[in-house]
Amino acid sequence: MASAAGPDQSVYYVPAQGWYPVWLAFGFMLLVTGFASVLNMQKTGGSADWTQSLIGFAIVAFVFFRWFAKVIQENAEGYNNAQLKKSYVWGMGWFIFSEVMFFAAFFGALFYVRMWVVPWLGGEGSKGIVGDYLYPEFEATWPVVSNPNPEIFENPGQSMAPPTLGSAWLTYLPFMNTVILLSSSVTVHMAHMAINTQERGKLAGWLGFTVLLGIIFLGLQVFEYYEAYAHMGLTLSSGIYGSTFFILTGFHGFHVTMGTVILLIQFFRVLKGHFKEHDCFGFESASWYWHFVDVVWVGLFIFVYVL
Amino acid sequence: MSEVVHTDHHDEHDHGPEKGLLRWLYTTNHKDIGTLYLWFSFLMLFIGGALALVIRTELFQPGLQFIEPAFFNQMTTNHGLIMVFGAIMPAFVGLANWLIPMQVGAPDMALPRMNNLSFWILPFAFGMMISTFFMDGGGPNFGWTFYAPLSTTYGPPSTTYFIFAVHLMGASSIMGSINIIATILNMRAPGMTLMKMPLFVWTWLITAFLLIAVMPVLAGAVTMMLFDIHFGTSFFNAAGGGDPVMFQHIFWFFGHPEVYIMILPAFGIVSHILPAFARKPLFGYTSMVWAVASIAVLSFVVWAHHMFTVGMPLFGQAFFMGATMVIAIPTGVKVFNWIATMWRGSMTFETPMLFAVAFVILFTMGGFSGLMLAIVPADYQYHDTYFVVAHFHYVLVPGALFSIIAAVYFWFPKWTGKMYNESLGKLHFWLSFIGVNITFFPQHFSGLAGMPRRIPDYALQFADFNMISSVGAFIFGFSQLFFLYVLINGIRSGKAADGLSWEGAKGLEWTLPSPAPYHSFTQPPKVS
Repeated sequence: MASAAGPDQSVYYVPAQGWYPVWLAFGFMLLVTGFASVLNMQKTGGSADWTQSLIGFAIVAFVFFRWFAKVIQENAEGYNNAQLKKSYVWGMGWFIFSEVMFFAAFFGALFYVRMWVVPWLGGEGSKGIVGDYLYPEFEATWPVVSNPNPEIFENPGQSMAPPTLGSAWLTYLPFMNTVILLSSSVTVHMAHMAINTQERGKLAGWLGFTVLLGIIFLGLQVFEYYEAYAHMGLTLSSGIYGSTFFILTGFHGFHVTMGTVILLIQFFRVLKGHFKEHDCFGFESASWYWHFVDVVWVGLFIFVYVL
Repeated sequence: MSEVVHTDHHDEHDHGPEKGLLRWLYTTNHKDIGTLYLWFSFLMLFIGGALALVIRTELFQPGLQFIEPAFFNQMTTNHGLIMVFGAIMPAFVGLANWLIPMQVGAPDMALPRMNNLSFWILPFAFGMMISTFFMDGGGPNFGWTFYAPLSTTYGPPSTTYFIFAVHLMGASSIMGSINIIATILNMRAPGMTLMKMPLFVWTWLITAFLLIAVMPVLAGAVTMMLFDIHFGTSFFNAAGGGDPVMFQHIFWFFGHPEVYIMILPAFGIVSHILPAFARKPLFGYTSMVWAVASIAVLSFVVWAHHMFTVGMPLFGQAFFMGATMVIAIPTGVKVFNWIATMWRGSMTFETPMLFAVAFVILFTMGGFSGLMLAIVPADYQYHDTYFVVAHFHYVLVPGALFSIIAAVYFWFPKWTGKMYNESLGKLHFWLSFIGVNITFFPQHFSGLAGMPRRIPDYALQFADFNMISSVGAFIFGFSQLFFLYVLINGIRSGKAADGLSWEGAKGLEWTLPSPAPYHSFTQPPKVS
């Protein structure tokens, strides 16, 4: 560990120059340009080549791994004084705020569509005259199971709307997922309490259980998507209901995947003996992120599935 | 852990930067990164400016002389995108990097490695965007606002690259802003309470908040575009129950705060320069802070004034008109405070002061034409005309850009340890001042008379105003090349500057020697 005296705690640690950031930027660029060329090739019917994207992804993953390892090492050696740790807290907090606003864009789109676009297309309200003129057949309902022009956007067979209140709710998959994700917020909190008391066994257990719940949630989401595509006729291209449904649940699922991976990494760090009573920022930020995706899910459950 | 691991990073405060290119690629120093941002934005200013001169060349006379309309569309689009995301915003971030740690008495930015990442994403993102010019179907051609369905159904194939470039720029801005907020909230010298912070720091704190709030919304907008183009969704297509107007709402929910992102740091800069050369403290510091905060809050509830003619309900028009006009109040507070700062001051007019005073006058003009545009029935006449072009160029060029130039002259001695040549600086000011007004003032008239924007040809009655405008554009454009010369001349052969380079300048950065040492405040100063 650090030499006897240790780094001066009154000095804010400014890391020496390093190669991580510029390589990360380069990796991002390869990743997205490769992906863009794949998308464009697929659109024109060409054969997609994923090589560049995968190289970019490998660079990004490798740099992330080294970068985080370096930060963990510096902390272990005592370079991160109390003030620097506070910078990390601010950083993570504002990052989560930016994610909130990213979801706000999609929730805003859903809100605008339901409040105004669909009624206007159905001929209601002050702007309904356009809808009446363009799509006289179209009736404003939510979920939109019959699109304004079904020849361009095929109608979804059915929506994800919940059953009427009763015992059927217990087998309603989104409801099950809500229970699972809310429970996982509790279990990650139990793990946090175990850090404070340094009960390592409990910590590993609760954290491992949280990861497991995350994986189950994702499995059920995959199953739901499979059902939607295979049996319900509900796809990305089945009009505005499918669009909003898949983009909101899809980006949420992407975030849960990220959160699960992050928690899994914290799990391995626990096994290596990391995290002390008041020095567990990696774990704390992972758990904040997890609580955040949980709250977003509650919003999804209410506004996408139930209402 | 072994001692060997320990030794590779313990003396970074003892030595200066590495030599050569790797210094710039790998740096974690706020001054190096600030320098990178500033030179990058200067390069983008010239690229965006070159596109503007292509536009003005084509518009010199009516009829189609030099370029095809399809190419003209790519010019207007990329001129806007490069100037907004490549020139103005990175320049302000560069200034923030250089100045905020020195002004709050911090050793560096709060998260130095992420700071480097925020910068180095930008050259890659703009490389991607500029490379679209050479792709099949050409570059983005739908205006910098990339309204659907122009950018979805009818966009060129390169739109996919444009979308990812915007994602990368957004990530860069968000990380830069997180860094700035963490620095300001966590790293102020002991004794520097929030209400003792320099105004440039205040305005950037609020700007960074705006950036973190709206850049993700832009990312959401381009993501929906991506899905509409490649995955068959119908967010912006009425045939599937979506709405192209929804794109405009989401875009401008980002876009209007974005406008203030490009002007609030300018307010901060001018609030430093005017007191320094009027040799009086800033008038109404507290009201300045509150004015900036209220402008920021209001910026979230005025977005639809960009789309009055789109066919929104009457109540929407009335609300957005009223909310927009309310912004004139805090903005007026600022302008009157600046004037009161100068009132009975012992003023001298060195180059930074000239640019700052021009800012106050010309920005106010841009603000007034903005008030005209806020009136719904009047906007029906002005919408999409050159009057709008004149309006936002008055707030962006003699507004934002002039403040950046003023800041460069003002802090140049602190950065380089040299003084620029004052006569050359003044010449640069007068060329710019005259050029900018010749360029944009006639556009008010052609716009009021009905000349539409973004069109490569025009009716004969607009010929004179356009010819004047094009002449002004070339004067203004080439006087920025002269600016480059003034800077290089200053760096190479300027006279040595004192620590307190301007006798009236106040603030922690002026307590440091010029040039400022590579690591400024490793131990925080005391602020009384």
